[in-house]
Amino acid sequence: MKLRTLVWRELFERKSQMFTTFLAILLGITTVVAITNVTHYSEKAVAREMDALGANVLILPKSVTLQDYYSADIHNEVMSEDYVAMVLNAGIDGVDNLSPKLCVPVELPEKKSTKKFTLTGILPKREFPAKGIWATGTDIFSLPVGGCGTIEDPTATPTAEDKKALSRNRVIEDLGSHETLLGADVAAFLKTKKGNTLSLLGESFTVAEVLEPTGTVDDSRIFANLHTVQRLANKEGKLSVIEIVGCCEEISKGMVAKLNETLPDAKVVTVTQVVATQTKINDMMGKLSLIFLVIIVVVGGAGIANYMYANVFERRREIGTLMALGAESGLVLRVFLLKAWLLGLVGGIGGFGMGTILAMILGPKLAGVAVLPMPILAVWAIGLSVGIATVASYFPARRAARLDPCATFQEV
Amino acid sequence: MLRMENVSKSYRHRRKTVMALDGATVDIPRGDFVSIVGPSGSGKSTLLLMLGGMLSPSSGRVLLDDQSIYDLNSDRRARLRKENIGFVFQTFNLVPYLNALENVQVPLYLAGVDENTQQERATALLERVGLEDRMDHKPAELSVGQQQRVALARMLANDPAVILADEPTGNLDPETSGQIIDFFDEFNREGRTIVMVTHDPRAAEHARRTLTLRAGKIVGQEEIERPSLDAA
Repeated sequence: MKLRTLVWRELFERKSQMFTTFLAILLGITTVVAITNVTHYSEKAVAREMDALGANVLILPKSVTLQDYYSADIHNEVMSEDYVAMVLNAGIDGVDNLSPKLCVPVELPEKKSTKKFTLTGILPKREFPAKGIWATGTDIFSLPVGGCGTIEDPTATPTAEDKKALSRNRVIEDLGSHETLLGADVAAFLKTKKGNTLSLLGESFTVAEVLEPTGTVDDSRIFANLHTVQRLANKEGKLSVIEIVGCCEEISKGMVAKLNETLPDAKVVTVTQVVATQTKINDMMGKLSLIFLVIIVVVGGAGIANYMYANVFERRREIGTLMALGAESGLVLRVFLLKAWLLGLVGGIGGFGMGTILAMILGPKLAGVAVLPMPILAVWAIGLSVGIATVASYFPARRAARLDPCATFQEV
Repeated sequence: MLRMENVSKSYRHRRKTVMALDGATVDIPRGDFVSIVGPSGSGKSTLLLMLGGMLSPSSGRVLLDDQSIYDLNSDRRARLRKENIGFVFQTFNLVPYLNALENVQVPLYLAGVDENTQQERATALLERVGLEDRMDHKPAELSVGQQQRVALARMLANDPAVILADEPTGNLDPETSGQIIDFFDEFNREGRTIVMVTHDPRAAEHARRTLTLRAGKIVGQEEIERPSLDAA
């Protein structure tokens, strides 16, 4: 006979009560673990996405309707490239790399038919000084701005890595007038590679680099020199978008407002706004997780407390007998607390397991993210479960420990 | 060994004071066998509970081997019960989810005895009460007489000097009652002090003395001649 024999046998003596209490703990912990797990990976996905986007401020023509950050520049509206000079001359703190772009649709032959891609004109840094009106702004590439870090020297020799990382950096050092960078999907579609030639809008281009796959619409883009694209599309002096890598700190200090003031006829949006929907979902899930946590603490705790109080009442005769046989109050307290810990421990472990499986199944379906088990949640789930069970059981257990052993007698 | 000095117990019930025990003075020497008789509500069980350290008096003192029981805190009183007192209840009070062997092991576990010794001693005690073939039976699987014998084995587990029994034959048929009372005689011959509350005159006759309670007062004490029992 051991303490755990007493507790274990009693637990299974009242199976239905034990099962319903255990189920309440289990389901509660499962829900919180599942939501927390999905939220965590969803937040990571957003962070990754934001990181991959690189540019975090877009300047677009006023009339553009923004659906998706990646394809924000794919539209028929254009704005004057004078906006670049206006931004540079405004001396706004926090404006880092600038990348003016023009996007035009192109059709590439595919056996018997054609397939549409987007030809995006980009301006290499090296060409900024070449344009007189932008020359005053060349410092934008050579000085750290607002504490954001040192920007690379535009006169430095560009490397192959620079080009490959275009999607992430949003700015390229150098790109010849008839050189092109191909998105991964385009290259795969054309079965072409670096050094090959390609015909675009009637002119021949050399493939300078095939970009790394990004999983975004950038994979379906063909990048070429901005001035060449402007000329071929008959849109000289026009832009679809100006991408800016702004400092987060400066953005929060009102950089966007200053840009809006400088360019009242343009639309200035931040990446935060674009991913706001997903962030909102994450926030909502975070809040939902908190609500469930509160529900579990209150309902689960009340359920356990109720079960324990009922259990103490039912067992008062048995407790009295134990006391008559010499059980001290500490032992009676331990009998009930051990029972609560057992329920909490098993509920916590089971809840973690079920919650994780649920998250792994539902994560890709509901939040569109792959979810992996988070071992830290096991500690958290067990701690929470055991904690609630202990707190909820303490007062019933104390009542049991203080029971009058007279309850064992028929007549007093 | 056990002494009550002018012990009273009163409690409030619907704004009225009820005297459960009124100025009881009793002296029970070591090895005595006392039966307490009286009508229901006369205070018999109250007196027994007080002797067992389970119900504090409103006034007066209860002493076990010159130690005032109620000067101890509840945990020390529990230890005192564990070491000195064995209880027998009218409804046996066996733990329903433990088998006979485990029920007898409970007081041994409470006394801190290791598991092997618990098993050996519990087995020997169940053999003594004739239940060697019922050790793995739960209380619900035993007859009332067998349940009371398990309760007797449990009571003997820590070899108590004092046995307090609350109507131990109250739920039993005459034949089984006789068997249980025979066990009490045997325990008394071993030198244990027995205080037994009973309504059963035949059980009461086995005691050396009878205390009669009425309305919370001890109204009579009678020595019982039992030459045949004492000679045995």
